[in-house]
Amino acid sequence: MTTDIQATHHGSQDEHHGIGHVIPAPVLIAVFLALIVLTVITVAASYLPLGEFEIWVAMGIATAKAALVAAYFMHLRYDNPLNAILFIFCLLFVALFVGFVLMDADQYRSDLIEMHSPMN
Amino acid sequence: MNQTALSSESESGASHADHDHSPFFAHHFESPQQQFDAGKLGMWLFLITEILFFSGLFVAYAVFRARHPEVFADAHLYLDKSLGTVNTVVLLFSSLTMAWAVRCAQLNQQRGLIVCLTTTLACASLFLGIKAIEYAHKWDSGIFWAGMYQPLADYHGDHGLSPFLIGLSVPALLALVIFAVAAVLAYARRARQQLIVFGGLALTSLAFFVGVGCAKAVPVVVDAMVGGDHDQATVVSVEGGRTESVQEGSEDAEQPPDEAPETGPTGFSPAGIFFSIYFAMTGVHAIHILAGMGVIAWLLVRSVRGDFTPTYFGPVDYVGLYWHLVDLVWIFLFPLLYLIQ
Repeated sequence: MTTDIQATHHGSQDEHHGIGHVIPAPVLIAVFLALIVLTVITVAASYLPLGEFEIWVAMGIATAKAALVAAYFMHLRYDNPLNAILFIFCLLFVALFVGFVLMDADQYRSDLIEMHSPMN
Repeated sequence: MNQTALSSESESGASHADHDHSPFFAHHFESPQQQFDAGKLGMWLFLITEILFFSGLFVAYAVFRARHPEVFADAHLYLDKSLGTVNTVVLLFSSLTMAWAVRCAQLNQQRGLIVCLTTTLACASLFLGIKAIEYAHKWDSGIFWAGMYQPLADYHGDHGLSPFLIGLSVPALLALVIFAVAAVLAYARRARQQLIVFGGLALTSLAFFVGVGCAKAVPVVVDAMVGGDHDQATVVSVEGGRTESVQEGSEDAEQPPDEAPETGPTGFSPAGIFFSIYFAMTGVHAIHILAGMGVIAWLLVRSVRGDFTPTYFGPVDYVGLYWHLVDLVWIFLFPLLYLIQ
């Protein structure tokens, strides 16, 4: 099934008859330029007084960059969807990990045993 | 599934007799496509373990940031934003050339593949050169991980050669000498393939020193543009770190620095723990860069030998995935460590 779809994909590529999807050169260049622009934006945003929103802006831009790299440079957009599903499930587990630890971090009482706090 | 796989194999066999029997096509796979997909799935599973591994470091960062936001408010003063930005661009460019290398392999552009892999290697080396300056600059001013964290108040920018920088440059210098000699010998023996490989690796080693030079030049250029308060900023930041640790916990600040490691967990200043996290995250990332350089060098040898064809380029693609993952980690490290105030 997937082989059929990929075979028709290959038909549209002039020079290529092998396996996998070939990313057109303009797409690679466009993705790279988008990544550079996002880098400039995130550096510029770091000079703005955004207060508490700063981390969300920075992480939002980083996530957009990561999505571009994953979708195009890592071929996930054109690949067998199984790889993308694995990747997304992994990120869900990372979110669980970070989320639960952060929920717990505020519960910690460093003054419970005097002078024995690991993080002061 | 079986039928389609077989039919696609016979179809490619008809149109491409020369590529079909790649010596690297393993007999237990039905088709090169299946071999490629299987390898790629395995690589993705490995990358997932890598993401989960790095997420432990990100959790350490998040917990420490949640408990000590004031340390992070000052941390950006220690880290050079312009060098971080340059390194981000270098790494993004190396990702582009790596993705392009995969494209070249798929299109049977052998020369392009070699050029792209060498460029990727050189960018990785450039990245490490800039990183070496950043590390040496911190170590010169006494900024180490928590157990050795003794920032010097009288440190005034970099004058002359730092012993730490020399130490970090020795492996690159050795590599440069060895690969340059090997390239000259290969040239004398008219061994073209060896000349390309050793020449590429010598270029890669040289790129480390280009990175060192760039990192030395960037603050000068930034000073010229902004107005030359770079050195002052360094001094202020170091003093800021001191006053901050006084406010943090008076028992930390009053201890002589050399006793700090003996006082157990409570003896570490929060700023020191921030730099423990900084060195652990960027250091593990740098180790991944080094490992990536090792496998890309292996790809370079194989591509010079002509192993990769449009029906067999799996290794290029898998190493590419790994390289992009290293880039992804840096995409998150850069704003978290350098930009957030």
